[in-house]
This record gives sequence, C-alpha cells and structure tokens, in this order.
Amino acid sequence: MTAIDASYAGTAAGNFRTCRYTGLKVDSAAQTLIKANAVAAVIFLAVGGLMGLLVALTRWPAVHLLPSEWFYLILTGHGANVLLFWIIFFEIAILYFASAVLLGSRLATPRIAWAAFVLMIVGAVMTNIAVFQGDSSVMFTSYPPMQAAPHFYLGLIVFAVGALVAVGVFFGTLVIAHGERTYEGSIPLVTFGALTAAIIAVFTLASGAIILVPTFLWSVGLISEMDPLLYKVIWWGMGHSSQQINVAAHVSVWYAIGALTIGAKPLSEKVSRSAFLLYILFLQLASAHHLLADPGMSASWKIVNTSYLMYLAVLGSMIHGLTVPGALEAAQRRNGYTKGAFEWLRKAPWGNPAFAGMFLSLVMFGFIGGISGVVLGTEQLNLLMHNTIYVPGHFHGTVVTGTTLAFMAMTYYVLPLIFQRDIIWPKLARIQPYLFGLGAAGISLFMMGAGTLGVPRRHWDMSFTDAILQFELPSGGFLMMGLNGLSAVVASAGGILYILITVGTVLWGKRLDRGEAPLTFPLHKRAATVAEYGSHATVKLPGTIILVTIFFVSFVLYYFVNWKYLSELWLMR
Amino acid sequence: MTDHPESKERQEKVPAMQQLLDNPFLLLFIGITVPTVLYIVWGVMEIASIPIAP
Amino acid sequence: MAITPPENRLWWNEPIERVEIGWIVVAFLWGLFMFFFMIAWHFIGGQNLSTETYRVTPAAYEEKVAAFAEKYQVDDEMGVPIVRPPAGEDVYLLGRLWEWWPILELKKGQSYRFHLSSVDWQHGFSLQPVNINISVHPGYEQIINFTPTEAGEYGIACNEYCGIGHHLMTGRIRVVE
Repeated sequence: MTAIDASYAGTAAGNFRTCRYTGLKVDSAAQTLIKANAVAAVIFLAVGGLMGLLVALTRWPAVHLLPSEWFYLILTGHGANVLLFWIIFFEIAILYFASAVLLGSRLATPRIAWAAFVLMIVGAVMTNIAVFQGDSSVMFTSYPPMQAAPHFYLGLIVFAVGALVAVGVFFGTLVIAHGERTYEGSIPLVTFGALTAAIIAVFTLASGAIILVPTFLWSVGLISEMDPLLYKVIWWGMGHSSQQINVAAHVSVWYAIGALTIGAKPLSEKVSRSAFLLYILFLQLASAHHLLADPGMSASWKIVNTSYLMYLAVLGSMIHGLTVPGALEAAQRRNGYTKGAFEWLRKAPWGNPAFAGMFLSLVMFGFIGGISGVVLGTEQLNLLMHNTIYVPGHFHGTVVTGTTLAFMAMTYYVLPLIFQRDIIWPKLARIQPYLFGLGAAGISLFMMGAGTLGVPRRHWDMSFTDAILQFELPSGGFLMMGLNGLSAVVASAGGILYILITVGTVLWGKRLDRGEAPLTFPLHKRAATVAEYGSHATVKLPGTIILVTIFFVSFVLYYFVNWKYLSELWLMR
Repeated sequence: MTDHPESKERQEKVPAMQQLLDNPFLLLFIGITVPTVLYIVWGVMEIASIPIAP
Repeated sequence: MAITPPENRLWWNEPIERVEIGWIVVAFLWGLFMFFFMIAWHFIGGQNLSTETYRVTPAAYEEKVAAFAEKYQVDDEMGVPIVRPPAGEDVYLLGRLWEWWPILELKKGQSYRFHLSSVDWQHGFSLQPVNINISVHPGYEQIINFTPTEAGEYGIACNEYCGIGHHLMTGRIRVVE
C-alpha cells in the first residue's frame, strides 16, 4: 500500500502508473476517461444547478422571478441536466474507477469508451438545444400526448445509448481483470456496489430505449398514437430506476470514502454484499411509486411492486444504514477513539470535506430521502402527496442530499488521486459540504412541508391569480415555498463553491505527479494490523446502535402519522 | 501468490451464495429478469386487460 | 478495506456479528409489517383508491359529461355550469386544457360513483384543502366511490404539468349538508 516511486510500467496492453498515495495501479486510458467524464459531469451540474436556483426563485412567492414560459422551459432543463446528465456522467467516472483502478486492470476498449463519451455529450447537448429552442418544455417526464420536438427525444436516446455502451466497457473491464488475474479472490466491496449500479443501469437504459424510440417515431409522425398509461409504466422503468443507480453508486461512494479517510472496512463482506444483492433483485420495482394514483393498475401489481417485493430493497438500505456508520465507528475505535458512545464521531475528520460530505449524505439520505420515500411509496398514503411538491421534496432528499453530496465529497479525492492536483482554497473546501448540505436539506424539508399542505409541483402560480375559479392554498404553503427559495440560495452558494474549487483545482492546483508533496486532505494511513473479522473487541458499536435506533423510531412515527392523516380524508372504497 | 496455504484454501469449496455474488453476469441476468417480469410484463398485461367502457 | 478485495477468500463463511443480525431481523420484520399493512388497509381502511377503469375515447367521454351536466345543471358561475346530481348517482368530471369541468355540488355523507378522465393531455386531480391527489389520463375512465365527509367549498388544482396554462387550471366541488 505504500509504494513510494511513481513508476510508469508500459505493457503491451496498458500504460500504468502507481499511485503514490494509495499504491493503486492506474491505467492511463482509464485515468483520462475518468477525467473527461468527471469534467462533463461538473459542467452539466453547473448548468443544471443554476437552472434549479432560477426555478426555486420563481417558486418563492415573494420573488416569482421568471415568466411562466421561461419557468417551464428552465424546469425541463433543470431535470434533464442534473437528474440525468450530471449524475450519469459522474457515475460512468465511478464505474471506470471502480473497475480499472480498484482492480488494477487496464480499461477494456478505451476507444469504445471514448465513443460512448462522445455519444453522451452529443445526446446531452442535443436535448439541451431542443429545450432552449422553447418548443420542448415537456418536463423531464415528457408524458404524451404532450409532444416535444423530435430532437428532444433523439438526444435522450443517443445519451442513453452512449451510457449503455459505457456500462458495457465496465463489464468488459471486469472480464479483463478477472482473466488477467489483476486481483485475488473476489472484487472489492466498492466495485461490487458499482456492479450493482451497472446492473440497474442496464435495465434503466434499456427501458428508456424501449419507450423513447417509439416516442421519437411518434414525434416525427411515423406512429400515430402513444398510449399515455403504457408510456408512463415503461418510462418510469427508466425514470425511477435511474435514481436507483444513484443509490447503489452513492452507497459505494460512502464505503470508499470511509476506507480512504479513516481506514474503514466493512463489518462483514457477506452482509454488505447481500444488501447490494437485494438492490439488484428488487430496487427497480419501485418504479411503481409513480403509478399508485393512476387508473388501471390493480392493487396487487401496485402492492407487490411499490413495496420492492415486501420491502426487501428497503431492508438492503437499512442494512447499509447500519453497516456504513458501523464500519466508520469500528475504524475510529481502532484508530483510538474509544471513549463513550460517540467519541469516534466527535473526533471524526469533520474538517475533511470528503468525510463531512459523506457523513452528511449518509444521515440525510436516510432520514430525509429514505423515510419520505417509503411513506410516499405506500399504496394508499401516496394519495396524500402524489404530484404535490412533496415529491420533489422527497427526491431532492435522495438525489441532492444523498447522491450529489456524496459525489461532491468523492470529488475531493478524485482531484488529488486522478487529476493529481491538490485541492485549492482548503478553508472554503472545508465549509462547502456543510453549506451545500444545509441548503439541500432545507430544500427537501420545506418542499415536503409545502406538499403536505397541497402545493402542486411543476406549477408557476400557486396563488391561481389568473384562474377562472379561484381558491387559496394555506398560507403555510406560501411560507414554506419562501423558505425553500432561501434554502436554494444557500445550496447554490455551496454549489458554486464546489464548481469554483473543482475548476480551480484542475487548472491551478499544486501538481502532485512529481515531488513528495503531502495532500491537503490526507488519506488514512491504514493501521498496520487490521483485525481479522470477529477476533477483536472493535465490533462493539454502541454509537451506531443508538443512531439506528433513533432512525428506526423516527421512521415508525412518521409512517403512522401519515396513516392518521390518510384516515381523515374523504371516504373512498 | 501461489504458495502453499493459498492453494490449500482453494481446494475448499466456495459456498454457492459466494459463487453467485462473484458472478457479474449471473447477477446481471437476474437483475434484469426480476423487474422485467414483475414490473414491466405484469404492468403491460394490466393495461392490456383494461375493458372498454360500456 | 472496502476498496480492496476481501482479506478472507471464503468471506461467505465468516460469522455475522450479533448487532448486524439483530438489525436485519428488526428491519425485515418492519418491512413485512408495512407490506401487510397495505393489504390490511383494503379491509380495515376507508381510503382505498378504486382500480375500476375503462378504456374510453376522449370524444365519447366528453359527450357523457356534457349529457350529465345538462341533465342536472342548477346554475352557473363564470360560465361554468354548476351541477347537482342526486345522491348516489354517477358523477362525471373531466379535465381539459385548462379547466376541471363542470362545478359539482355534492351532499355530505352520500356516496357517489365519481368518473374521472381527460379529453386531451394528462392532468392531476388535486382536491384542496383535503389534499387528495389522483392522476388523470386521456383514454382511460377511472371510477372512484367517493363519500365527502365534510361540507364546504373545495378547490381542484391540476398537479400534472399540462402545458403553458397549467397554473390556470382549476375547478370546484361544493359539499352541502
């Protein structure tokens, strides 16, 4: 693990350097592709994030920034750029990292990987052009019979095909690494998590292609009609599952950052991998969350799918919810922080933005995104908030406080280890995850609050000023939307800081590929003797047990509060 | 790393569940089949069986 | 570490720590409970969205709603008919760009077969302030057995984006004693 010299060993099949900090063998083709995908990701985050700020400022009743046409246009662009382009580009970078770099292998077919990258860029740009031309403000979901310009769909298809090819490169790299025996035994847990993400990605992108290709043909007039319900079922096979790729990917990132920052190792490989297996099997069924208030689908189909077949994927998440903090606690206790239940947490490296971002992501994904997701995805409870702004509240809890924050945290190691540049402005970098996390938590919670008061989503004017039949939503809803706007400003400050630090580091950060420079945010020096599993007292985890107990109690209480609300509605039998 | 203790361990049978978890393509297969059958195929059948209004 | 292959080659044979087993059991049982509670609510609960649905052409649905409105119209407001169907009768509501039509007057405590469909794009029926939210598709007629439990004026917003006038789309249901 402590190879000192950065030697370049040219082989017939790859060109490797050995990382001075981690001892990992890094294939140069993989390294360049990781860089390219990460840079593209950050650019789309900047564009989409700015659009998000404009959306939030328009929905802030006192500000009401954009006119309605622009609001719907920008909202469509916000969804596509951050929910799809930012996250999938970053995930492709993670897939290449978790396969080629962690396995010490060459990347399979770098040329095809570049072709995939080009396809993804072309697709993303094409869709953005369609959105900005103004006749494709159909939202991220683009439900027919509402129709966008043909190149809106074509761009998404090209992007999905590119991403699918990139996922193929990941699988190819697994095959090469296995065939060339670049590692011993089983793949690392983080690679296994990435594999989970890749498997879900195949289902996701295939569903997307299956439904978007006919939709494209319909938009150019070759198909006369699209069934809206059929479209919705298959589209959500992509729309929701693509968020499940994120879950698998950011859980892997949690494990990776735990390992890099404090030397955490999984409590048990068996348990953590089985939790990922539950994701592979059942997580994608949750696409049904979007059809609980729709006509035509039977209660059995709804219940089986919305519950991930008896909540087995939720079980997977709850397992990670124990094993990730458990692994952190065990590692910190090994590192000497053994006092009381929480010394390990108090003395964690909170000044390291990678650790801070990871831990905030873990806590907020569980408490905000996770609990609200299960409640929203309960067959009957869905009636209470279907399509209200509670829904974006929920998924900003998962995708922003969970995925985006975790990916931002990971960036603080992608920059030194892959770009080989040291982080600039360490003081600002230290506060970045807190700023972004706090803002994102506010966005999620206030939108959820507004949604329970009936505020509709994707809606330009919640006061219905120009409607023929007017009525008023509760004033609390207006207050919540104002607070949501404020939170968005805070989150944007954190987001802008992230972009500036990232771009600045890539351009002007101190070069780490020569000399003996230490990292600003150091990696953990792994303890010389890692205890064999179960042979050590470190598996007593009082802090983690307290944390998961708090989580469980909140979960149960919130779940039953919503049933109480439901029971007060009009009767529907 | 082909010394003795390792090869001895190799003779020990790898448990079936570990074999499954070590096989990416088997996982890929089940990971696509389960949602395709339970969500997509069943869902499309539900829509196809909606009767015409009387 | 999580970024290196497992140290123990046969990691599946490692024992699982008690805290993990305990949590898995708790989480699994909680999942089972939530699963069966959804099923149980179909028997014990008063709020279950019916899945009675028919295919219908938008034109045919529009005709049905128009006939219904004509038959039971009692008044109008801003040009929108106010319709008061007898208790227990079939009630029709349609969503179109950009209104919920017509205005309905229902009796508290009476049960109605409530028909819901769209004649153009997808819409979102969002009844306020009770906060009941249902997706509405063109081509599909959904029938819900509704019993209003409280008198008052209720607004209907649209919460499925339906184009540039989405925020103008409202409707009204009046519930009388």
